Amino acid sequence: MAAISREEVAHLARLSRLAVTDQELDRFAGQLDVILQSVARVGEVAADDIPPTSHAVPLENVLREDVVVPGLTRAEALSGAPDAAEDRFRVPQILADEE
Amino acid sequence: MSDLIKLSAAALGEKLAAGEVSAEEVTRTHLDRIAEVDGRVHAFLHVDTEGALAAARGIDSRRAAGEKLGPLAGVPIAIKDVIATKGVPTTCASKILEGWRPPYDATIMTRIREAGMVMLGKTNMDEFAMGSSTEYSAYGPTFNPWDLSRIPGGSGGGSAAALAAYEAPLAIGTDTGGSIRQPGAVTGTVGAKPTYGGTSRYGLVAFSSSLDTPGPCARTVLDAALLHEVIAGHDPRDSTSIPRPVPDVVAAARLGASGDLTGVRIGVVKEFSAEGVEPGVSAVFRDAVETLTKLGAEVVEVSCPHFEYALPAYYLIAPSECSSNLARFDGVRFGLRVGDDGNRALEEVMSLTREAGFGDEVKRRIIIGTYALSSGYYDAYYGQAQKVRTLISRDFTSAFEQVDVLISATTPFTAFELGSRTSDPYQMYLADLYTIPTNLYGGPAISVPAGLSDGLPVGLQVMAPTMADDRMYRIAAAVESVVGTFTPPAL
Repeated sequence: MAAISREEVAHLARLSRLAVTDQELDRFAGQLDVILQSVARVGEVAADDIPPTSHAVPLENVLREDVVVPGLTRAEALSGAPDAAEDRFRVPQILADEE
Repeated sequence: MSDLIKLSAAALGEKLAAGEVSAEEVTRTHLDRIAEVDGRVHAFLHVDTEGALAAARGIDSRRAAGEKLGPLAGVPIAIKDVIATKGVPTTCASKILEGWRPPYDATIMTRIREAGMVMLGKTNMDEFAMGSSTEYSAYGPTFNPWDLSRIPGGSGGGSAAALAAYEAPLAIGTDTGGSIRQPGAVTGTVGAKPTYGGTSRYGLVAFSSSLDTPGPCARTVLDAALLHEVIAGHDPRDSTSIPRPVPDVVAAARLGASGDLTGVRIGVVKEFSAEGVEPGVSAVFRDAVETLTKLGAEVVEVSCPHFEYALPAYYLIAPSECSSNLARFDGVRFGLRVGDDGNRALEEVMSLTREAGFGDEVKRRIIIGTYALSSGYYDAYYGQAQKVRTLISRDFTSAFEQVDVLISATTPFTAFELGSRTSDPYQMYLADLYTIPTNLYGGPAISVPAGLSDGLPVGLQVMAPTMADDRMYRIAAAVESVVGTFTPPAL
């Protein structure tokens, strides 16, 4: 399995919405490489005819009667928000000024 | 030290029911103990003194009014900080949730309150339950009461240390890859991972949804079973909750305590006897096998050839699910927000928030998970890991056709020194080598103290088939009836 490069780690961090520092990139690249080389062993045993298991319990859709039940109040839902305005979550602008 | 804090939860419950002591007195005694020793142990992230005393007084009033209460009514409990507790800080030991007070209770918390138990506070853990030593807490590590220079196991080190330090008679943990059993083993306490789906995950902050299982931490097997009985059972709010009756784990623990295991077949996992196990741990395990044989059990060797691939499979599946689950921590609806100066766009604020809020191990796993799920690598990593999961389940199924339960040491080594493994994450991952297969399969497993190696506790792990949680309690109680419980040196 190919080694993971510093640039790849930076790309993955961007995809994960993680602003990583240069020092973190240096550190993570080495560590992730060791981890990925070690876990690549899963490819040794699992043949094509083995079905994957995503879950220990067979999942089925769970339905309930369509009855209105109390949920959180607006104040409760907003109680942990970093910022709120006019009974809503206030978020930073989606597009930067120049876009 | 008051004798009250040394009592088992079962004994405390009896004293409370008999009116020999009030819930308020029991609670105060434990709060005093926390005040006395937690500065050195750091098992707690938050102690809810007022809430605990109010709950205790409420129980005393109900008892005085003649209400019939459960066996654990008035008994204090510590809750791992990954469980949502209404109005009480819940941080998952992360900066990103600092100060967050959930507006609701987790289902298991509701059941604990309904049982009349008194929550003392929230216990320390590895951030978002990712770790094997409680050194990845954003609020500083927990120290093992057996030796304060050593780790208390992880990720539920706070819950286990609180028990070992007599700060609480019971605690709640969560087990994704061993986070209840492994801290139990290295602190000389009992930790049980119920069948996946046997205990509700509603209100448990998700790390790896297909693996996370809340469960009991205690100082005796019977206490663990009593708490198991309180929290287990179907929950319509969790779609993975199993709609079947919970086996009578309390009766099984009592049966096991009689010490008779005639007719029980126990399998020793051959593949676990390989290299990497400390000699002292092997010696305690051999003694445990001898004990089980003397109690009448038939102990045979069983092969689980794919168990050696459990650790690699786990370290692909768990980070993949974590990278998805932790996407909710984006600085919008709760927790930290960094860099919102009016000029930055949402995406940049999100990145800065997550950079500032998450610790190293969480970031490592998010990046690994993003990699394993990305186009071009999905089949080679995540897809293969899911197939390994099938093979491991087949190993368990085939083993349980031959024996009633499987046993192994819980951990390959005793508590290591703080800081000795943090620079090499993969070495840290090996701490959960023996506990992980069970999580991939979904069955129940328990760690019970089996002896000491160089003065440090060693745990015996008992693994049972799915929904046969009672079997593991029976075997664990039988071991306990012979080897007893273990008390750390005075703090």
